[in-house]
Amino acid sequence: MSRIESTFSGLKTQGRKALIPYVTAGFPFADVTPELMHGMVAGGADVIELGMPFSDPSADGPVIQKAGEKALSFGIGLVQVLEMVRIFRTKDHTTPVVLMGYANPVERYDIKHGAGTSESAFIRDAAAAGVDGMLIVDYPPEECVEFSARLKAHGMDLIFLLAPTSTDARMAQVAQVASGYVYYVSLKGVTGAGTLDVDAVEAMLPRIRRHVNVPVGVGFGIRDAATARAIGKVADAVVIGSKIIQLIENQPRDRVATVAHDFLQEIRSALD
Amino acid sequence: MYDYHQPDLAGHFGIYGGSFVSETLTHAINELKGAYAKYQNDPEFLAEFNYELKHFVGRPSPIYHAARTSREQGGAQIYLKREDLNHTGAHKINNTIGQAMLARRMGKQRIIAETGAGQHGVATATICARYGLECVVYMGSEDVKRQSPNVYRMNLLGATVVPVESGSKTLKDALNEAMRDWVANVDNTFYIIGTVAGPHPYPMMVRDFQSVIGTECLSQMPEMNAGRQPDAVVACVGGGSNAMGIFHPYIAHENTRLIGVEAAGEGLDSGKHSASLQRGLPGVLHGNRTYVLQNDDGQVTETHSISAGLDYPGVGPEHAYLKDIGRAEYVGITDTEALQAFHYLCRTEGIIPALESAHAVAYAMKLAKTMRSDQSILVNLSGRGDKDIGTVADLSGADFYDRPSMRGLGVKGGVATSPEAFDASGAKGAGSQS
Repeated sequence: MSRIESTFSGLKTQGRKALIPYVTAGFPFADVTPELMHGMVAGGADVIELGMPFSDPSADGPVIQKAGEKALSFGIGLVQVLEMVRIFRTKDHTTPVVLMGYANPVERYDIKHGAGTSESAFIRDAAAAGVDGMLIVDYPPEECVEFSARLKAHGMDLIFLLAPTSTDARMAQVAQVASGYVYYVSLKGVTGAGTLDVDAVEAMLPRIRRHVNVPVGVGFGIRDAATARAIGKVADAVVIGSKIIQLIENQPRDRVATVAHDFLQEIRSALD
Repeated sequence: MYDYHQPDLAGHFGIYGGSFVSETLTHAINELKGAYAKYQNDPEFLAEFNYELKHFVGRPSPIYHAARTSREQGGAQIYLKREDLNHTGAHKINNTIGQAMLARRMGKQRIIAETGAGQHGVATATICARYGLECVVYMGSEDVKRQSPNVYRMNLLGATVVPVESGSKTLKDALNEAMRDWVANVDNTFYIIGTVAGPHPYPMMVRDFQSVIGTECLSQMPEMNAGRQPDAVVACVGGGSNAMGIFHPYIAHENTRLIGVEAAGEGLDSGKHSASLQRGLPGVLHGNRTYVLQNDDGQVTETHSISAGLDYPGVGPEHAYLKDIGRAEYVGITDTEALQAFHYLCRTEGIIPALESAHAVAYAMKLAKTMRSDQSILVNLSGRGDKDIGTVADLSGADFYDRPSMRGLGVKGGVATSPEAFDASGAKGAGSQS
């Protein structure tokens, strides 16, 4: 059983929902991430999504793009991201870590750290660092057959997005390759955009569950305890990204982990 | 004859192309695929497209024998395919008409586009005015500065121009921003991509709409050239749409060399260029796999070219494929060489070429010297240079921008004015962009 799977099954037994924060690796300080991750776990995070900075994050909104640009200005590449996970893992052996990012840096890593054509160097190194799953935004099911097989070979989960525009046929297609959980993008737009319509999400979830038999997380537009609670009533997990980035972006280094911890604790108690 | 059938059903040109998009865009892409599949061979659609090309664009565009240039340069005869004579001044209009016709049939009332040099933006604003569609154009704020006459032109045509401040503030960032808009407004919005890049079906669809260029050449060249096709076809390559448009019908004609000219900027080894095919590596950007200018970490690097239209770190996936199979060759021309060719063509032939096209002209003049006078080179003169006269004046030290009459064209003290500044012309306000 993967770490993601056992986390969700443990929560299910307790009748609780998963809280999944997203932060960009290397933001707002190059070396703060492992400490920030521990702070979030202490605040109630069940799974951590760690964003891999990319120069052209076309599916993200301005908040996450800016965070990525700042991390890139510190020289944060995938080598550094994996190092952060490795450091986090020395003290935390249970919280799943999912890497979220775009295809190009991953493919470049494979070429640079060449593991031959039959293996992905990035997947190999990520597994060694203690990564549990990946969500590559611009790898749709039809373009990631090889990637998906290699992830599975290393016991890692492949997380996919579903959108309000996803058809039933598409959900069925995604369900065939998805593992760990799926991530329902609750509104039409990029990360951090608009406010979400809880009723619309509630109406969509039964449709998703008809096709998908892994847990369903909901994200994009969740910014406070009230929305988190409402979403937690219908979904298996609540994903929060842009709001955390905004909360920590102007904090002094020694406050970053605490601020994220306190915010997540508030969400956690609203969820439970 | 060369047997060539690309792309495959999923939009792959060999290992390139494809559809690397977020789930949030998948539905929009599938909808577009369905619509294009339905209309691409529909006689009524094609009849309307051809009618528009003939009566609105002014096609066929002529081929012109640059006799004086050929004589002075020595060597091969140089012919120019005059896409600069199209309505709106460039080849871009061919494709925008095709896509706007699709948008109408799909019931999409709002059009978005990205633009670098502004030619695609102007073409899109033009066809939206003609069809009564709302039009929002994303443009890097750096390009808004460089191409202010085109920004003003788009405003006159009723479009809203949104300056993009992220990243390098050029074409690639405008593309990212347009993709974000599309995700948020998929229900009523059609995204008209201006080049043969992006997720499938764009590279194929834009190529098909632009292939009218090469198809016309196939019948025009023999009339001009004693029954013979050209020995070489030369076109500039940024994203690569004018080049694909003229290359594609010639792919089967093995005796014609196909040569794409990339912007070598300050030199191919200077790190300041836009030569994706010559200095990039295969990667994934903007929804397709292609050659991408990137650093060791897979981050897309900033590009440079004197011409905004070539200033793009990727390239259409079909060019990547043609390069790998060796059917097309790709070379570089520097800013300086392009500028020289620009001035030369102005004074020798009475044609002011776009700085983009000047890259192709510059290479053709070099190439001609290595060939015999009974051989021929066909250059795609993809656009006219009116939009570039500010850039050229600047580089020549002319006090063009200091003239009060030019101040309204979006440049004030070197800083681009906001789009609202143009709204006096009756353009749609920035408020209509969401």
